[in-house]
Amino acid sequence: METDIHEEIIIADPTPLQETWFHLKKNKAAMVGLGIITIFVLMAIFAPLISPYDPNAQVIDDRKTPMFTDGYILGTDDLGRDMLSRLIYGARISMTIGVVSVGISLVFGILIGVTSAYFGGVYDKIVMRLIDIMLAFPYILLTIVIVSLLGPSLLNAMIAIGISQIPRYARVVRASVLAEKEADYVLAERALGARDTELMFLTILPNCLSPTIVQATLGVGEAILSSAGLSFLGLGAQPPTPEWGLMIASSKEFITNAWWIVTLPGIAILLAVLGFNLFGDGLRDILDPKMRN
Amino acid sequence: METVKQETLLEIDNLNFSFKTQRGLVRAVRDLSITIKKGETLTLVGESGCGKSVTAHAINQLNPMPPGRVDSGRILFNGIDLLQLKKGEIEKMRGTQISMIFQEPMTALNPVFTVGSQIADVFMTHQGMGKDEAMARAVELFHLVKIPAPERRIHAYPHQLSGGMRQRAMIAMALASPEPGLMIADEPTTALDVTIQAQILDLLGDLKQQIDMSILLITHDMGVVAEMADRVVVMYAGRKVEESDVNSIFNDPRHPYTLGLLNSLPSNPKYKQAKRLEAITGTVPDLLTIGDGCPFANRCAYATDICRSSFPSMSEINKDHSVWCHNHESVKREKAQ
Repeated sequence: METDIHEEIIIADPTPLQETWFHLKKNKAAMVGLGIITIFVLMAIFAPLISPYDPNAQVIDDRKTPMFTDGYILGTDDLGRDMLSRLIYGARISMTIGVVSVGISLVFGILIGVTSAYFGGVYDKIVMRLIDIMLAFPYILLTIVIVSLLGPSLLNAMIAIGISQIPRYARVVRASVLAEKEADYVLAERALGARDTELMFLTILPNCLSPTIVQATLGVGEAILSSAGLSFLGLGAQPPTPEWGLMIASSKEFITNAWWIVTLPGIAILLAVLGFNLFGDGLRDILDPKMRN
Repeated sequence: METVKQETLLEIDNLNFSFKTQRGLVRAVRDLSITIKKGETLTLVGESGCGKSVTAHAINQLNPMPPGRVDSGRILFNGIDLLQLKKGEIEKMRGTQISMIFQEPMTALNPVFTVGSQIADVFMTHQGMGKDEAMARAVELFHLVKIPAPERRIHAYPHQLSGGMRQRAMIAMALASPEPGLMIADEPTTALDVTIQAQILDLLGDLKQQIDMSILLITHDMGVVAEMADRVVVMYAGRKVEESDVNSIFNDPRHPYTLGLLNSLPSNPKYKQAKRLEAITGTVPDLLTIGDGCPFANRCAYATDICRSSFPSMSEINKDHSVWCHNHESVKREKAQ
């Protein structure tokens, strides 16, 4: 029997996603970050299945039970609610806050950034000056102002965080669109009959996503922190929501005699933010070819 | 009044194009008239900054406006004045009847999409095809432009292809238009090495035979001109200085600038014995401060006083050959000696 010597050798070229994953696997810090994020996301999704108790069920007899006693792994709070269950449900809230508020700022930031960079001229000047004005306010102050206008609730906190983060995304997107819009392929697609909207969002934007993705990943961590801050100030989640920031606020007086009630939510916030920051930093190194070795 | 002949595809009539810059008005194209017939290859020759690309981009209005501005003139395509079209109409014209390939195949393809999906996009935009049909057509085009293993290559990203391959993909993309009438090729081979250049030029020649289209080829390479052109327009500093069929340009150049271009070719017979290549002395004049005289006067060995004060009118050598030079007779005499 004769074998076909012309049989083609097929070398599959890696897609951008495969390539990113390849580099990501080599970046230990980013992998740790990704691991933390994954754990929190899984906790959020499966909260009802994995939490041992109802997060709002009060067992007055078991108030301020220390950790690892009586079947309460992480103890109970001042109203006898299981800390572990509350922290697990808190992950659900924090992840939602991160995604929703970053989503809001991403959508508007991209719209503003892309259009102002693409059209330029007077429109760009006006929009960017407005963005500058927003940036002139301290970030947390701006958020507080928006929440107090909308009224304190978890949803409004997300909206406020989302709005006050818009300038950041608008600037990042605008800067990269400005660099990309002069590229030859944009001219080439225009020569093929592409309209302005197609050029903006289908041609140029995909080329500007890497810095935006990095910014968004870091932004999730920051949004979680901000929302905890707002809830601590009483402007975000309202009792009895198991929101981490609120949990700290409502138990701060027990720091001397039941330290775990106030400390554990803090550690949860720290871990979540750390996870997103590590992952975001890693992504930046990977998606920026200049920092790749 | 319309004197558009039946077979004329594109007629640029007395085009003046300028850019408003901070330092003043740059008149990039002045009083330029060009006619391209159906099925013809016209090459636009000249050095960098002489207005070749501005002219090409003026046709489908790719020049940034502002700062660019059409001061006067008409660009008739199949008898329609493109300069009068609305934004939406010219967008429809681009990529359906007028397509374009670019100098830098390295940068003229979108890096984040596969080449196949970029070509399929053109089919989907202009002909409303579904994704599968468009991809199938993209494979066909890859066959047409002789890319090996097209079924696999269409899934490649631009950075995974070589320069020559990318230029072929660009050409395929330009051919994805439903009725390619005019292909504008803006220095399509400049960024490629010599063997690939020849292949790409052969390909363009073949395609022109297969698909009844005209090519406006922009180049500064007289070798490319000899290979491809039916007719040649030589531009200098925004002006047309000589126009003729391809044989006359090489055998009987009448403009001192054309002569200079030919004399600086390494393949010129006078370089049979090794000696230094001749260059045209001086540099291109600053388009900001250029006067009304012949723009080539300050570099020209034949220049006389009149050259500095007025731009010459057309001198017709024969019906296919015209030159804009006060002293074209002396150019001829010197050549004869």
